[in-house]
Amino acid sequence: MKRTAVGILVLFAALAFVWAGAANAADFPKKRITYNICFNPGGESDITARIQEQALKKNLGVDVSIQYKIGGGGALCWSELVGSPPDGYTIAGHNLPHTILQPMEMGDAGYKTLDLKQVYMFESTPNVLMVRKDSPFNTLKDFVEYAKKNPPGVVTVGGSGSSSANDLGTAMLSKAAGIKLSYVPFGGTGSAVPALLGGHVTALMSYSPMVIQYRDKFKFLAIASEKRMDVIPDVPTFKELGYDIVEGAYRGVAAPPGTPDALVKILADAFDKTMKDPEVKKKMDQNGFKTEFMGPEESLALVKKKTAEYEAIMKELGRMKK
Amino acid sequence: MSFSFDHLIQGFATALSLQNILWALIGCFIGTLVGVLPGIGPASGIAILLPLTTVLPPTSAIIMMAAIYYGAMYGGSTTAIVVNIPGEASSVPTAIDGYEMAKQGKAGPALAICAISSFVAGTLGLIGLTFFAPLLADVAVVFGPPEYFALMFMALTLIISLSGRALLKGVISMALGLLTAMIGQDPLTGAARLTFGFPKLLAGVDFISVIVGLFAISEVMVNVESRITAISQKIGSWMPSWADIKQCIGPMLRSTGVGFFLGLLPGVTPSVTTFVAYDLEKRVSKTPERFGHGAIEGVAAPEGANNATSTAGFVPLFSFGIPTAPSMAVLLGGLMMYGLQPGPMLFKTNPEFVWAVIASMYIGNVMLIVLNLPLVGMWARICVIPFYILGPLIVFFSVLGTYSIRFLAYDVWVMTLFGVIGYFMRKFAYPIAPMVLATVIAQMMEMSLGQSMLMSQGSIFILFTRPISGAFMALAIASIIRGIWLQMRTHAPEVALEEVD
Repeated sequence: MKRTAVGILVLFAALAFVWAGAANAADFPKKRITYNICFNPGGESDITARIQEQALKKNLGVDVSIQYKIGGGGALCWSELVGSPPDGYTIAGHNLPHTILQPMEMGDAGYKTLDLKQVYMFESTPNVLMVRKDSPFNTLKDFVEYAKKNPPGVVTVGGSGSSSANDLGTAMLSKAAGIKLSYVPFGGTGSAVPALLGGHVTALMSYSPMVIQYRDKFKFLAIASEKRMDVIPDVPTFKELGYDIVEGAYRGVAAPPGTPDALVKILADAFDKTMKDPEVKKKMDQNGFKTEFMGPEESLALVKKKTAEYEAIMKELGRMKK
Repeated sequence: MSFSFDHLIQGFATALSLQNILWALIGCFIGTLVGVLPGIGPASGIAILLPLTTVLPPTSAIIMMAAIYYGAMYGGSTTAIVVNIPGEASSVPTAIDGYEMAKQGKAGPALAICAISSFVAGTLGLIGLTFFAPLLADVAVVFGPPEYFALMFMALTLIISLSGRALLKGVISMALGLLTAMIGQDPLTGAARLTFGFPKLLAGVDFISVIVGLFAISEVMVNVESRITAISQKIGSWMPSWADIKQCIGPMLRSTGVGFFLGLLPGVTPSVTTFVAYDLEKRVSKTPERFGHGAIEGVAAPEGANNATSTAGFVPLFSFGIPTAPSMAVLLGGLMMYGLQPGPMLFKTNPEFVWAVIASMYIGNVMLIVLNLPLVGMWARICVIPFYILGPLIVFFSVLGTYSIRFLAYDVWVMTLFGVIGYFMRKFAYPIAPMVLATVIAQMMEMSLGQSMLMSQGSIFILFTRPISGAFMALAIASIIRGIWLQMRTHAPEVALEEVD
């Protein structure tokens, strides 16, 4: 009898623990916020979060815990986000076009684009096509010609995620140049880069920060921005080489649907202050990111605009589901 | 990265300041405490304690973080041995023989061997890191998706030796593990599978909940049913005998080698290499039938591999700036806080910092063994606590730890479900280790297979035409054939004496 009593008491203690306190908007935030990263460590989402970490903690006044939820090109992380409690303590980094394209292409990605409550959009990175220093291609023209001469699928292009900017960028190049490139998705830029280093893929369709990091290991054939980036002026744009491709990823943070606007505003303000912090700005520029400063309404407007654009592009490429 | 004695000595000088030694000590202790809780592994440990480190100067902070990391790895093994709760997936093989030893009253020697083996592996690994990092990094990139798949596939063939006599049951267990891992989203495309329309299931099943359920909860259930009074009735000496240690020298060296080389590959985590090392020892041993019943080599091997792999994980980090595991990324985040550029440039721009970190890792290793060997007696005593107190406490910590992974009650239910599954598996003598191995490996294996097929336009021969993956596939197939053949020969002494955990 005594044993059962002790046992039950201990079990009750366990249950009591699980019954943790709930959140209250007036004194938000008062405990640690979880910032989920949807891609491999070492990629752009990760690097940005690390740059933001310190200033973010200062501006929010609480601890920020960076966690990884890798899989499905980000879909795993975003579908988990929409299922998380809308109390402001869970946010996730999110990317355009991924969060627009995935539901479009997959039918059921586990979340709907508009389910993600936009908090802030803080950066953009254009796509960059790169090959190894020892590869025979010196210009985009060399690369395209090679692809034309070989059977479809021989030229493999690695990138981060499926239905992502890298994925779409590769598809757009294939269409514009009339070649068939085979896109190989990786869990993130952090795992795509070793694939190129080891020569397992012919090229990588990745992002501008990688130009800075891998300057002495890779050659950069083209960048998908409107004009050349100041920090990497010797990389020509696809546009000037004759291909009208302007594409890349926007990155920001989102909260679960139903998160009260008041909490979203507090988070957005904290991110805004963070991105305007001189230390943060300096590191962002140094690392090849273009900083953006879009609050919740602006971000939502961007999402809607891009959704319309991508619908047209996806139909053209024949990748819309159903 | 170039090696220079100058830098290394300077690094040691920094790391050996009284202040830094103190931080390393505190880090190790806190790390061990954190690691003891199931579900909270090194990554979470460092993340939780990161704010503490911000008040320190950069080098001290990094030293403390590295110490926390090591401490957490050690803590996970402690509970694996003493109460059969692996702290994380990499502690599972340790639990197989370690817990058996605990039941025999030998928890002390098991824990001590853990510390010793980790120390040896860590030290050797660090020497490898210090002198060979650039060479090794170049070797690692040779592994592409086909090689990863072949390696994982070969790891799965370990099932054969982990299943002992009951090969069919082992395969079923593995299949169940693979099935569980598939619930949720396809790692390549994100398409939903086995979710039956439940959005919760899209997040998949967290394998820590599975492991804690399969090991801890089911064990408690079995113990309650058999009404044991305590896990072990007596405590033997808390140090291993010299004979024990001599026996473990081979395993320690081999597991370090295996753990280190496999750990160079981005994405290969200690959870995989510990199994490989365990299996290697079993195959190499002259008395394999002791494994699963408290063979001390069965504890030395996984622990060595664990530490060696963690150390090897620093090679891609320092050479390419690519963190190969979440815990590495947290450390990297720490580096970035101090204005260091991540990437291949790190060694060129801040060599003195990096060498201070490497020096502090040596210190961390020493710290662990100094701190934990004396405490072995204390941990070992947990086994004699009457079960009517210990049992509920185990349940309490399991619930706490599992909940703390994602703060989802869902994970706790998953743990309970797998506790029940584990209970029945034990009742019907189905081995549990294959299921765990399969769950851990599944995602990477599937992703690599998908990527390989894309690279080869759908031809499976890519796995066989490339030299490295071809070699692994050949080994794997040979392993399968041998295993089946041994099963057929039902009177074979090896197979007949192998038992299930």
